Amino acid sequence: MADPAAPPRPAPDPVDARFGSPLTEGLRTYRLVVAMWVRSTLTYRASFAMALCVAVVANGLDFVAILLMFSHVDRLGGFTLGEVAFLYGTSATAFGLAHLTVGSMDRLGRRIRDGSLDTLLVRPVPVLAQLAADRFALRRLGRITQGALVLAYALTVLEIDWTATRLLMVPMMLVSGAALFGALFVAGAVFQFYAQDAAEVQNAFTYGGTTLLQYPPTVFTRELVASVTFVLPLAFVNWVPASYVLDRPLPLGLPVQAAFAPPLVAAVCCVAAGLLWRVGLRAYRSTGS
Amino acid sequence: MAHGPGRAALYAAVAAKGFRRYATYRAATLAGIFTNTVFGVILAQTYLALWAERPGLGGYDQAQALTFVWIGQSLHMAVAAMGGGSEEELMERIRSGDIAVDLYRPVDLQLWWLAQDAGRACFQLFARGALPLAFGALVFDLALPASPGTWIAFLTAVALGLLVSFGIRYLVALSAFWLLDGAGVGQLAWLVGMFFSGMMLPLNVFPGLLGEVARVLPWSSILQLPADVLLGVHTGTGLLGVYAFQLAWAAALLAAGRALQSLATRRVVVQGG
Amino acid sequence: MDATERPVADLPAQRDGQEVIHLDRVEKVFEVRRRAGLLRREKREVRAVDGLSFSVGRGEVVGFVGPNGAGKSTTIKMLTGILTPSAGTLRVAGVEPARDRARLARRIGVVFGQRTTLWWDLPLLDSYQLIHRMYRVPDARYRENLDRCVELLGLGDLLDVPVRQLSLGQRMRGDIAAALLHDPEVLYLDEPTIGLDVVSKANVRHFLADLNAERGTTVLLTTHDLTDIEQLCRRVMVIDHGRLMYDGEVAGLHRIAEVERTLVVDLATEMAPIALESARTVKVEGPRQWLAFPAGQPAAPIVAEIAAGWPLVDLSLREPDIEDVISLMYAGRSAG
Repeated sequence: MADPAAPPRPAPDPVDARFGSPLTEGLRTYRLVVAMWVRSTLTYRASFAMALCVAVVANGLDFVAILLMFSHVDRLGGFTLGEVAFLYGTSATAFGLAHLTVGSMDRLGRRIRDGSLDTLLVRPVPVLAQLAADRFALRRLGRITQGALVLAYALTVLEIDWTATRLLMVPMMLVSGAALFGALFVAGAVFQFYAQDAAEVQNAFTYGGTTLLQYPPTVFTRELVASVTFVLPLAFVNWVPASYVLDRPLPLGLPVQAAFAPPLVAAVCCVAAGLLWRVGLRAYRSTGS
Repeated sequence: MAHGPGRAALYAAVAAKGFRRYATYRAATLAGIFTNTVFGVILAQTYLALWAERPGLGGYDQAQALTFVWIGQSLHMAVAAMGGGSEEELMERIRSGDIAVDLYRPVDLQLWWLAQDAGRACFQLFARGALPLAFGALVFDLALPASPGTWIAFLTAVALGLLVSFGIRYLVALSAFWLLDGAGVGQLAWLVGMFFSGMMLPLNVFPGLLGEVARVLPWSSILQLPADVLLGVHTGTGLLGVYAFQLAWAAALLAAGRALQSLATRRVVVQGG
Repeated sequence: MDATERPVADLPAQRDGQEVIHLDRVEKVFEVRRRAGLLRREKREVRAVDGLSFSVGRGEVVGFVGPNGAGKSTTIKMLTGILTPSAGTLRVAGVEPARDRARLARRIGVVFGQRTTLWWDLPLLDSYQLIHRMYRVPDARYRENLDRCVELLGLGDLLDVPVRQLSLGQRMRGDIAAALLHDPEVLYLDEPTIGLDVVSKANVRHFLADLNAERGTTVLLTTHDLTDIEQLCRRVMVIDHGRLMYDGEVAGLHRIAEVERTLVVDLATEMAPIALESARTVKVEGPRQWLAFPAGQPAAPIVAEIAAGWPLVDLSLREPDIEDVISLMYAGRSAG
């Protein structure tokens, strides 16, 4: 018998009972929306296959530029072609993964201007998931494929003394690197809440970041290397862990343990980007502009 | 179709409108300057390492190589190397079908868009291009000429390069009449253009046959030739040769654009819009 | 909650006390920054919604009207959880919109007349399937709702068509269906008939009237079209400068302001203003003349009279606009 004096326990609402936590709902929605775009892309299989091939070749042109440099020199900043290819491959693949999964977020400014962000806010799932999945472009696999090919080339030409740690380091770099770039895309989108027309600023960090990391850290000034290590920790995508794999001293004289930090750095950046996103969305909902 | 001073005034007005329109995007302009400057710094330091390893590579000394980087970043937006030109709007109009309306206007479609793009490019060149170059000149040792004559020769080559760049972009935009995935074509055009204009690496560093081919392709008119004019590589009759080369490509591309345009127009008319 | 078991008849809130929407002294203040000189910027406060209070009962269909910039869309944005209010309290379907956006979204349907909530490049059916999963609508319920919408809104042939290829009227019908698949308690419609042809407008209105009658869905409607209000709403709220200017029966709005319709006639030649008992000529421009007459009066006799006495070439009828009603309302108020 229930105590009649106790306040009535609110009955679980049949509507809300169907839903999980925002995280579950967000991931589920992301998956659903992505699946829909993939299905629609694959309706035109031939045209997609062609677009992908073109993307692989066209994206490869900046590696061709590096090859052309090495037709004149044996080393760049003290790094051999194989080593630069390793940096290029890890940077391009990690960037490609982030670009594929959350790259569409750079359309936020446009969505604010045309008012279509509001249509995402009236749906019962996190806006971040809807926005990241929107217009999921499978052709961005081209960048990943091309990066992976260069990485495979690097791994065949490099004479690395493979230990289990070094071997595990490579997938760890790709996953952490993708998460780092992903956090950067989200942070870039947050910036667009405040400056819708300045979407291009984020290109300096995303596209600029991946370009920077394709070259050895020894090419750049100490100030630049320090700022992408301690301020915007892009160096943890590859420069820092790659130095360990390539058996080179870490940039800025960092201790060797730093080479194992990427997962931690990436996690911190993702959490920070998530918090920034909440702040940005809250600001949008209070100003509506 | 009427021609004469009235027409010229009309297209001048269109160009002025294009200029003013981009002048209103202040935040976007600042963002672009920032991005070009960041890329300039990255490339400049890479080139420093390359030229330290091989002094005199491609006939450039270090200061000339750095100058090349910053000219590239300054022209980047004016030539719409990675998009942002008027052709994107044109593509959008083709895809949405609004182009049918444009075709009934008593103006020439190609000239109209050329005028608009010229206005845009003018703004991008002076408002957006000048600052990265100034930044580069402050932070690095550049080989900028002192003679105003060289600067005028340079700006002439830039103007012709813009004409070639428009010719290519117009063809890309018109492809939207036939191809559904315009974004894919646009992206391919950017990346190929970035590579063969010298934005990634000066064409005179390209070895052997590849270098010879790259130097006669139209994209060389966009960055490599104007940069070489500024660096004093081409003077006298050599300079006239550069202009003739650029003009020939501009004429060929604009003629191709015109031919494609009339094919596309027939298609629109057949489909009834 | 099963909406189909509700009685078909109207249920004004005041009678059964079930409030679905409740606003209490809601305010929304925006800070607008303006460039004043080269570097100086001026800050200015704009009070878009200024102490708005009202409630809407379950099953009501309410027209929410006002001139552009009156605070209509800001209010709708607060009611749908898009914007957070600066002050005051708001409850919709038992949820505080600002705090519980996702929970609110499960209970409401939103149709923005000028922007679609559908996925632009994908076939209509894909959007519906996604909504089915996203809102976790039970399968049977989804099928039932979809079949009903497809039948009543005539969407059968459109399900495989990408949204961008739909006409405005088709897209609007598609959007309305999308907003209803999850059985929302409240439906917000922002200009649902804007830009539609006469037939599409009539279809949309019939559908909404049936929906309200059969399911008891509460509907809040913003519109510029007086016919929308007349045919769908019993109650209308007029908002201006962020405040409620009128809240009551649609008939009452008519009493306050005597609204007129306008007949535009093209005569064969330029002529003196047409003189009639039943209508007054308000404007003459060459062979074209404008005649105004009370909205409640039928147009046919006037047209017949003109056709009999004047060389009539062509004519068209302009329905009164909400703005006309409101401006007349203000005129009447300041005069009295």
